[in-house]
Amino acid sequence: MSILNKHPQRDSAATEAIGGQELLVTGGHSFSTLTDKVSGIVETKTPPKWYLLFVMAVSGMMVLLGSIGWLVWEGTGVWGLNNPVGWGWAIVNFVFWVGIGHAGTLISAILFLLRQQWRTAINRFAEAMTIFAVISALVFPGIHIGRVWLAYYMFPVPNQMLVWPNFRSPLLWDIFAVGTYFTVSTLFWYVGLIPDLATLRDRATKVRKKVLGFFALGWRGGNRQWQHYEKAYLMLAGLATPLVLSVHSVVATDFATSMVPGWHTTIFPPYFVAGAVFSGFGMVMTLAIIARKIYGLEDIITINHLEKMNKIILVTGSMVGYAYMTEFFIAWYSGNDFEVFAFVNRAFGPYAWAYWIMFLCNVITPQIFWFKKLRRSIPVMFVASIFVNIGMWFERFVITVTSLSRDYLPSSWDYYSPSIWDILTFVGSFGLFFTFFLLFLRFLPMVALSEVKGVLPEADPHHYHHHKGGAK
Amino acid sequence: MAQIFPKWTNKAPLYSAVGAGLSLIVVVGLVWYYASPWYTDVGYRPIQPVPYSHKVHVRDLGLDCRFCHTGVEISPVAGIPPTKTCMNCHNMILPESDRLAPIRESFKNGTPMQWIRVHKSPDYVYFDHSAHITAGVGCSSCHGNIAEMDVVAQFKPLSMGWCITCHRNPDDFLRPASEITNMTWTPPANQAEFAAKQKELLDIKAPVTDCTGCHR
Repeated sequence: MSILNKHPQRDSAATEAIGGQELLVTGGHSFSTLTDKVSGIVETKTPPKWYLLFVMAVSGMMVLLGSIGWLVWEGTGVWGLNNPVGWGWAIVNFVFWVGIGHAGTLISAILFLLRQQWRTAINRFAEAMTIFAVISALVFPGIHIGRVWLAYYMFPVPNQMLVWPNFRSPLLWDIFAVGTYFTVSTLFWYVGLIPDLATLRDRATKVRKKVLGFFALGWRGGNRQWQHYEKAYLMLAGLATPLVLSVHSVVATDFATSMVPGWHTTIFPPYFVAGAVFSGFGMVMTLAIIARKIYGLEDIITINHLEKMNKIILVTGSMVGYAYMTEFFIAWYSGNDFEVFAFVNRAFGPYAWAYWIMFLCNVITPQIFWFKKLRRSIPVMFVASIFVNIGMWFERFVITVTSLSRDYLPSSWDYYSPSIWDILTFVGSFGLFFTFFLLFLRFLPMVALSEVKGVLPEADPHHYHHHKGGAK
Repeated sequence: MAQIFPKWTNKAPLYSAVGAGLSLIVVVGLVWYYASPWYTDVGYRPIQPVPYSHKVHVRDLGLDCRFCHTGVEISPVAGIPPTKTCMNCHNMILPESDRLAPIRESFKNGTPMQWIRVHKSPDYVYFDHSAHITAGVGCSSCHGNIAEMDVVAQFKPLSMGWCITCHRNPDDFLRPASEITNMTWTPPANQAEFAAKQKELLDIKAPVTDCTGCHR
């Protein structure tokens, strides 16, 4: 990023990098070999493996559409919901998918503002992951209302009934929070793509050139264009940064503002945000490890980058673990019988199995990353990232279901178990996600080329002086 | 490098933005007007099996509304009169009229007339005529000047927003009991004063505006 080049501290950092610090891109890449490498992925013939995966993903998506069709036809009775547990897997899945999105925004916006240059290797597809995860998430509020043709009730639309959503309800704030998040993430992603689309355009011919040319918005890479572009990018990063915190805080208030024991706690917003970043990094790891292997991107997404992500997983995972323990402490310290019961019931009640899966996956798993050797082992981190994904899904399940199934009235207690349609809908949402993701891998540059080039030593204005021994 | 797109495409973003903005306004305007119950429902005027004229019976002959719609003061439904009510007069008046043949047929066979309902409210709405009449809301406030209609037509949209608007501020629509069936009543100059007195006199609390008031 040339805007950063203007800062003296960046210059000295880059010089240091040459003088012994690890390089962000390994393998002796130059600008042109990087372009060839990344553009080549989308320009060569579609590999058969991709088709195989795509067919699987689309089949998954069909399962989702089929399950939704049956839900609309038959009503929410096809799900496993019962009387105390009115929020089942639909809400669990919604929170799960929205949470996953957060890593993309953290990587692209917050790490950008903090000048963490290693982000350039992974930001593009982490952002893509964010957008597709939010799309997968948005399916659930849309369908969980049962009568989908009344989904517009969720929006403040002027209507002949003079009926408005309750503006004091976090469920409405959720619509705005996630809607804003989706819009800003998409804009941010697209703005980041423009220079790379222009690179692809300049290598393409015929219809492909026209299509890419249309989306590249006439980008020529001139000095003035870069100046405007980087200001826009910086502003969007500034806009996206508060969203990392606000979106999941609002999702947390969906629970926290209700009077249900186990939900009604002020720790929820920060605890949800930490969990969201944690789960998102888990998903980024899973995807990055596979993508870098299949597409041979080991030089760009280096083991050092993966190690850094593992450190974030360790930090956020420990925050989540701390939050679990704080919840227990506060439940005891509050002296409130219902609160105490809610938490004892979580850990030792009928859903203890889910609680301990969650605890193992989210609290114990990341602790292995205290060891450098494990932090840098691909198989270990791959398995750990899967555990994180599983654990974070179970966290949302535990929160949603245990509290509802054991509320104030013992006479209404009931055990919730999902129906086959709950399961198919959830599995299908992965199909939706991977359909988008595979299309992205196939048609768009999965690494932010222009940004990665910006962190090569050659991009530093003093690079060549240094090599001649003249800069210092 | 050769240009990919012709020069006019420089203007395309501007035109598309303006075009999209204008289309949005037009679409909102069309929906606003044509999808409103003021457009879709007001003026509904089905042809009845017998061309009964309120104009003749009410304005010219001076029948009171309650002569036929007997339930209006005491029950949720105002009621459509049975054929016998018609025959009270029409076995003497115009007993041979062709247009009244279906009425005589109905009277002879005991099969009710199939009048077509004009003012409909959905089955999930609880509406009570007597409550409104007792509170001082007159017929014409909702039904319009029926006395001037040869064929009855819907006069107000009967939409929820329309109901709620009056429920939130009914003062302009309250009248003395003597004026309930007056088809040409308009609020007098001291309406606010009267409404305050009327509400005190009848001990009317503010009309319900919560969901369960009508959706029980």
